[in-house]
This record gives sequence, structure tokens and C-alpha cells, in this order.
Amino acid sequence: MNANKRNQYGDELYQALCSRTTVAPLTSREPDITIEDAYHIQQRMVARRLEAGEHVVGKKIGVTSRVVQNMLQVFQPDFGWLLSSMMYNEGESVPIDSLIQARAEGEIAFLLKRDLIGPGVTIVDVLAATEGVMTCFEIVDSRITDWKIRIQDTVADNASCGVFVLGDKLVSPRDVDLITCGMVIEKNGEIVTTGAGAAALGSPLNAVAWLANTLGSLGIPLKAGEIILSGSLAALVPIQAGDNLRVSIGGIGQCSVRFV
Amino acid sequence: MSETLSKADVQKLAEHLENCQLEVRDTPKITEAHPNMTMSDAYDVQYVIRERKTERGERVVGFKAGLTSRAKMKQMGVEVPCYGFLCDSFAVPDGGEVDATSLIHPKVEPEIAVVLKHPLRGPGCHIGTVMAAIDFVMPAIEIIDSRFRDFKFDVISVVADNCSSSKFVVGSRCRPADQLDLRTLGVVMELNGEPVAFGAGAAVLGHPAAAIAMMVNMMAERGDFMPVGTLILTGGITEAIAVKAGDNVTLRAQDIGSVSLRFI
Repeated sequence: MNANKRNQYGDELYQALCSRTTVAPLTSREPDITIEDAYHIQQRMVARRLEAGEHVVGKKIGVTSRVVQNMLQVFQPDFGWLLSSMMYNEGESVPIDSLIQARAEGEIAFLLKRDLIGPGVTIVDVLAATEGVMTCFEIVDSRITDWKIRIQDTVADNASCGVFVLGDKLVSPRDVDLITCGMVIEKNGEIVTTGAGAAALGSPLNAVAWLANTLGSLGIPLKAGEIILSGSLAALVPIQAGDNLRVSIGGIGQCSVRFV
Repeated sequence: MSETLSKADVQKLAEHLENCQLEVRDTPKITEAHPNMTMSDAYDVQYVIRERKTERGERVVGFKAGLTSRAKMKQMGVEVPCYGFLCDSFAVPDGGEVDATSLIHPKVEPEIAVVLKHPLRGPGCHIGTVMAAIDFVMPAIEIIDSRFRDFKFDVISVVADNCSSSKFVVGSRCRPADQLDLRTLGVVMELNGEPVAFGAGAAVLGHPAAAIAMMVNMMAERGDFMPVGTLILTGGITEAIAVKAGDNVTLRAQDIGSVSLRFI
């Protein structure tokens, strides 16, 4: 795919994001689109947002669970960019009409205190570079009609990132077992799903190391102060206006959010 | 709850279901031949199976909760969980072996197990009395093995079949309940080294101790209770995973270590 075509799709996705509309899957229009093309389209979409005044606050890792990997038939994760307009904090409300077809994922967020620059990054480096971990909701959303995504569609669409909500505590990763820590999501008071840390690539630490190494080979660092979302720990939860969600992670903390 | 089965029918069904377990063969669900069976009849059958085992010198060491996930309860159309008993002969040592040919179509479930330092009696048992009665908490893998062909059953058949009980392994690190958050306590089950199932204690009726309170109150309806030293398997946290000879299963649980077993 040539650069013009990539930019055109990046602009189309940016327009869809701004107008809260969806577009037909890129894979239905470009049967030969590669994952590399998709990352170039993502770059264009993100560049448009930065031009409009947003800032990079971190990165997210997606496609980390076996279930989603099997669904997309892709056996590696993907990544997207977290921008300043996506941030919410514990207890805040998210306007549902700022999103198109949102779903919630319970995740562990990493706050970095040192840069992580791959390749060559191991989980030891990730532990040493992490200020703390937080319980977090990632509210994923898709600018692709009816979530009919293949891997190239979600990568181009900034890894289907919508907004994210950071929880009530920042805990040292030395004080919690990130593999066995349990997660519980409640929607309107009812338990809807549970999971554990290992659901993200066997350990959320593996996910962050993968991201540092993958971005490192492209010359992109993970920077001190950035938030890294390490991947969903259980099934996606559909949401609508009026829903009240809470996620608890054993040994880390809680995060709640309302959709208005 | 009223009974519809004669004493002779209860004895016959208990003998039949226990023989299926001992002889490793399956059977159609028993409600096909006895469509009017009630839940009370089903527990009568289960208690006769228990008598048959204790008369042969086995010891009842604990109880298990079944149908503890909301999804499973909805699917089976029930409002309450069910319970079965555990005998010493069901115990497999941590790291031990289970002969797959001794079972019909085994599945494994990750669970949180507790041991009691005080007896628990209903009615009126609540989550507080349960927490006060827990001596310690351990991780457990339960091996369930329904005696019903192709897992085609209803809740009444399951209860009569001792809630599919067959084997269990507990062990590793035991810790007092007040040092743990049983609601968010996470479990990761690995099959042949690959993590395949993930969950947290809240998957069991919101809290494992709440599941125990429900069991105790149900047992009280039959005048039964849980004595000191009782081991309780509080209910599967994830879907059960089918296993076969050659498989090894490890459960890793937050703050309470891990247990494992192998099928040969």
C-alpha cells in the first residue's frame, strides 16, 4: 500500500473518531493490507490527534489473551497510543455519547519511573523500571462497523482504544504476584466476570517487556511517567448509559466508573 | 420438600449410581426412569451412597459445593447451589498420580478449599460465622466425573450422583482467612504447562464463604452439619476442563501457593 493510501485511511479513521461514526472494515476493501500498513495508518490517525492538541501519555497492549488471539488468528499482541483526552480517574463519569460501541476490559496499568528501551528488555527490567501498578478499566471502542475487525483493522484503528480509567491505588509490583492476582468485574452490582493476571500473555510483565522490545526495534522508547495498559484479564463487558462498573484486583486495588 | 420415591427405589438408585462409580461406567440420567423425583429424593439417594461408603470403612472428610456460578445456575434453572460429600478415598496427594482408566470422563476445576476449626450448623449460618469458623485456606483441584452419559443431566440427577464428586487434591501453603481477600483471590490453572483458566474467588456466589453459608443452611434442612476439621471445596471458579491420560494439571493461587497432579 502506498503512503497516500495509508494517509487516506488514517484520515478516514480520524474523521470517524471525531464524528462518532464507523467505517467499513479496511480488510474488506483492501484484501492485501498488511499489519505494517495498518501501523502506518495508525500513525497517521494518531498524528492527526496530536496536531489537534492531544498529548501522548502512554501506550496500550492488545490481543494478549488466548481467546482473542484465537478469534483473530494472530498469535502475537498489538499496541496503540494513549492520549491525554482518553484519561479518566477513579469514580469519574464517562459520557457514553463520546464513544461509539464501547466495551469494558479490566486490566493492570503500569506507571513507569524509568525509560524502558528495547530490544533486550526482560521482565527484570520491567520490574525495576515500574513505579507502581494500578487497577484500571480500558474502555475499548471501534471505529469499524459492528466490531467486524481483523487484526489489520484493529491495529489501524489505534488498537481499538477508547478511553481508560485509573483506579484508587498505586502499588509496588514487588508487593503483588502479578501472575495470580485475581480480578472481579461487577456491573450494576452483579458480578459479570472474573480473571487473573496470567490471562495477559502468561504475565502482565511479559506484555510490557514485549511492548518495550517491539517499540524499541522501531526506535520508540517507553518513557518515565508513561502509563502502560498491559492487556485484558477477562471477557469484554458491554456497556450502555446508566451502567456503573467496578473492577477489583487482589493486592492492587479497585476502580469504578459510571457511564452517563 | 416432599419425596416421591419409595425407600426401595432410593436404595436401588444409590446402589446403581455407586456401582457406576466403582465399575467406571456411565448411565443415562436417572430422572428418565423417575421423572417425578424431587430434590429431596435426590439427597436421599446421595445420603444412601454416603452410608454405603462409610459402612465399608470409608470416612467422610468434607463437603463440596456444586453449581456455584451464576451462569451455571441460570443454565440449570436453579436458585441455590448443591452439595456433595468427600471421602478420604477421594484424596490424591499433592503432586500425585490419578489413573485415568479409573474414571469415566474426568474434568478438573480450580477451587478454594477451607478447613474448619469450629463446627458450622444452620439454619441462620452467615458469612461472619463462616469466616470465624475457618481454620485455614488452601488451593484445591477438584476432579469431577459425572456418572451420566455425555454429561446429559439435570440438577436432580446431579445431586443424587453426589454432585459428580470423584477425586481432589489440596495442599501447599495454608493461611488463615483473615490474611486473605477471598473475593479477589486469583487462580490460574495450567494444563501441561499452558495457563488455560483464570478466575477469582468472587466467581463462587460472590464470595466462597457465602457459598459455605448457603451449604450449611441447606444441610440443616436434613438435620446435618459440618463438624470441626471438615474440609470444604467451595466450588469451581472457572469452567471445568476435560483431562486425559498424560495430562498434568497445576493450580497456582494468589498468596496460598500451588497444587498439582498428573493423569496416567
